Amino acid sequence: MAQGFTRTEILPALPPPITERGAVKWMRENLFSTPLNIVLTVLGALFVYWIVASSLPWWLNSVWNAESLSQCREIVQAKAGEGATGACWASIRVWWGAFLFGFYPPAEWWRPILAFGLLFAALAPVLYAGQRGNLTLVLGVVAAFLLVTLYLSQAPTSAFVMVVVLVAGLIALAQVLPGKLLWFTLVYPALCFWLLWGGSIWSPIVAMAGFAVLYAVFRLTSPLIGLAPAAGAGIVAAALWWLYLDVPLLSALHSMLPLEIRSINSDQFGGFLLATVIGVTGISFSLPIGILLALGRQSDMLIVKTLSVGFIEFVRGVPLITLLFTASLLLQYFLPPGTNFDIILRVIILVTFFAAAYLAEVIRGGLAALPRGQYEAADALGLDYWRAQRLIILPQALKVSIPAIVSTFIGLFKDTTLVSFVGLMDPLRGVTTILRADINWKGIYWEPYIFVGAIFFLICFGMSRYSMYLERKLKTDHR
Amino acid sequence: MTMATDAPKDGFRLSMLVYDTRYRSYTIQIVVLVLFALAVAWLLNNTVQNLAARGKEFNFGFLWQRAGYDIGQQLIPYNNDDNHFRALLIGLLNTIVVAIFGCIFATILGVIIGVLRLSKNWLVSRLMTIYVEMFRNVPLLLWILLSYVILSEVTPQPRDFRVTDEMVAAGEEPAASMMLFDTVAVTNRGTNIPSALFERGLGKLDLGFVSLNLDFWAILAVLAASVFINLRIIRSARATQEATGVRPVTWWKSILVLFVPVIALIVAMGFHLDIPTLQGFNFQGGILVAHSFTALLIALTLYTAAFIAEIVRAGIQAISRGQSEAAFALGLRPNRTMNLIILPQALRVIIPPLISQYLNLTKNTSLGIAVSYLDLRGTLGGITLNQTGRELECMLLMMLIYLSISLMISAVMNMYNNSVQLKAR
Repeated sequence: MAQGFTRTEILPALPPPITERGAVKWMRENLFSTPLNIVLTVLGALFVYWIVASSLPWWLNSVWNAESLSQCREIVQAKAGEGATGACWASIRVWWGAFLFGFYPPAEWWRPILAFGLLFAALAPVLYAGQRGNLTLVLGVVAAFLLVTLYLSQAPTSAFVMVVVLVAGLIALAQVLPGKLLWFTLVYPALCFWLLWGGSIWSPIVAMAGFAVLYAVFRLTSPLIGLAPAAGAGIVAAALWWLYLDVPLLSALHSMLPLEIRSINSDQFGGFLLATVIGVTGISFSLPIGILLALGRQSDMLIVKTLSVGFIEFVRGVPLITLLFTASLLLQYFLPPGTNFDIILRVIILVTFFAAAYLAEVIRGGLAALPRGQYEAADALGLDYWRAQRLIILPQALKVSIPAIVSTFIGLFKDTTLVSFVGLMDPLRGVTTILRADINWKGIYWEPYIFVGAIFFLICFGMSRYSMYLERKLKTDHR
Repeated sequence: MTMATDAPKDGFRLSMLVYDTRYRSYTIQIVVLVLFALAVAWLLNNTVQNLAARGKEFNFGFLWQRAGYDIGQQLIPYNNDDNHFRALLIGLLNTIVVAIFGCIFATILGVIIGVLRLSKNWLVSRLMTIYVEMFRNVPLLLWILLSYVILSEVTPQPRDFRVTDEMVAAGEEPAASMMLFDTVAVTNRGTNIPSALFERGLGKLDLGFVSLNLDFWAILAVLAASVFINLRIIRSARATQEATGVRPVTWWKSILVLFVPVIALIVAMGFHLDIPTLQGFNFQGGILVAHSFTALLIALTLYTAAFIAEIVRAGIQAISRGQSEAAFALGLRPNRTMNLIILPQALRVIIPPLISQYLNLTKNTSLGIAVSYLDLRGTLGGITLNQTGRELECMLLMMLIYLSISLMISAVMNMYNNSVQLKAR
């Protein structure tokens, strides 16, 4: 019988070999797993080294205070020796006002700042409907942001009073009736318009009163003649209000109580102020129009469908530039002789239509992705068309298409730079060209482009990350 | 949406036009149609009035007037005595040429980046993510302007290439040197590349309207014939394989058919390269490619490649792992798995958005205006428009041309979609 030795107790486990743990394991698996990967890693590392080695000194030698490019270069040479290069951020420092506001008078900068801050106050009720805590938080942050930036931009005392009164009122409303805060969102466009373009305070009020007339006529007549005719009557009444009553009422009110701020012309707008005005207006109006167009394209009604398809395909088939040129050159032919309305408004209208056509296709994709059963279930519940769309179809279709919708928005915001071709001063081509033509800064190119590019990147990247967050949050399947 | 309702017992009432779902859709359509017709009539009426007030009339006769301006890049002969229509054609060709090159380069770059982004290599996939995010989130216009500025301000002047006797004696190098075996020179005036010349060329065939370069067409014809014969060889090989189970060896036949005739033709025509050389203050010989073209091409390629990379990545990720595992279980080798299982399915996901990217790229060529690239928008919608003052006609014509390009591309896409659509029930 063979003698054997059997261990009776289990030995402690040895640590894995050095190549199978920690950083070494990670590098073996992620950087050097196959010959191809080794080559790729080496190439990638060389590329990173090349980028860093060639641009790091340039970043490190940045100059923030100088009067001109030559002075910048002298400072860099004095600091880092002969032949050294360095970024001259002083150009941005000198021109940052134009990059942000264009030729908007510096004394009035508090107005776009105020409008920008209040934009978030107007967005909050949409994003956090009825959530008292979040609403208060957003409004508090907006108030703090506004007070600091207004102080920095040496705003007049009246601006501070306005901020304090407005935000305090909104916070109070958020505490008592958070649902009613949506009214501020509805009023915001008129307020923003008045803040940016200035003029008499009565003009936005009288214009908004047109909507009140629409609503009043609708409510009064709908029990008598039904919903659809009442809506038509309301629209007609509002149109009559804007066509015939607006101007006389405005002058009457203005002569009674002349409350006005300095009015600013559209050609003084520029920089990121212009990009934001066009981008935000375009985004907020293109979504509803896009939804309507998508529904029109899915509709059973032949004429509605044909018109929607024709519009969508036409707009998607031509470059945005041609539409912008239409706004600047052709609109004068299509409108009654003698009419001439604001170029920014014209551009906004065409950019909105452009984005709406793309959104319509995106939303159509979402609608097509819904199983047929959803439509049939809505019908079976006895919902009419609009209720079925609002309660069953659109919430699902829009949720599916969130990523594509946000990429369209990003595209629209990036496309705001194209308005420079019709003479508006966008931050990219407009302001940068002026800066590069300035005798003091002739020959500068990296710094302004990097600055503008970085801001666009932050905004667009932020939007795409937010859409990914939203997508995850709303995801209900595959739990 | 229609609902089943009982037929009304008491005939037709006017209110049923609004409340009865059977008639409501007609009411809505008629209202929409009337409103649309009114809007169109209003616009047309305004246009007629405005044209009359300006003393203009609507006709395209101006297209046959003398253009009187020069275009730097011309693919078919043109001079400023030609008419506006020919200038339009030059612009259209310039649009198309930058779009085609852009699509090709963007596809190559985009596929490489999209595949590398899925690589297990941590460093490379991160670098590619940075690339994609950087180019997607910054306006295309910035990339166009930046590449143009860098090309025209950072590149050396032609005189920097000069090598003088003193420099040779002192052993000094010139400030700049040519690239790619001394055939390409990038200066601040443009990129000088070699051109192909034929000593015993076939000359040109003048058709009155256009003159055809016979050398080019001869090569193209021979290439097309070669490809056709090659297809026949492959088809007969496949037929043999299906009949006997053994595939005849065809690769040497393919190489022979594809390359030998073209090379023979080129040699017979006496092919040589015309390499640009520095003479005096400028480079002579070869072709001077303007920086506006190069900058536009670079920017369009880099920008669109980022989008294509995302499409390729999404397409590959859309194919579930089970597909490749099933193929391996059937005993297919990895490359056949790729060719027969993964690619056909991934392509179905990739191609439609890819083509819409091609469409975007084509429309984005109109941004060439930022660097004064004379494409369709630069000629017809730019100089011609400004010279003749015919905004309405020029814009309409330009939109129509862009629209027909787009519709053609989407027609191709729809044909493809129909051919690869799943036939499953």
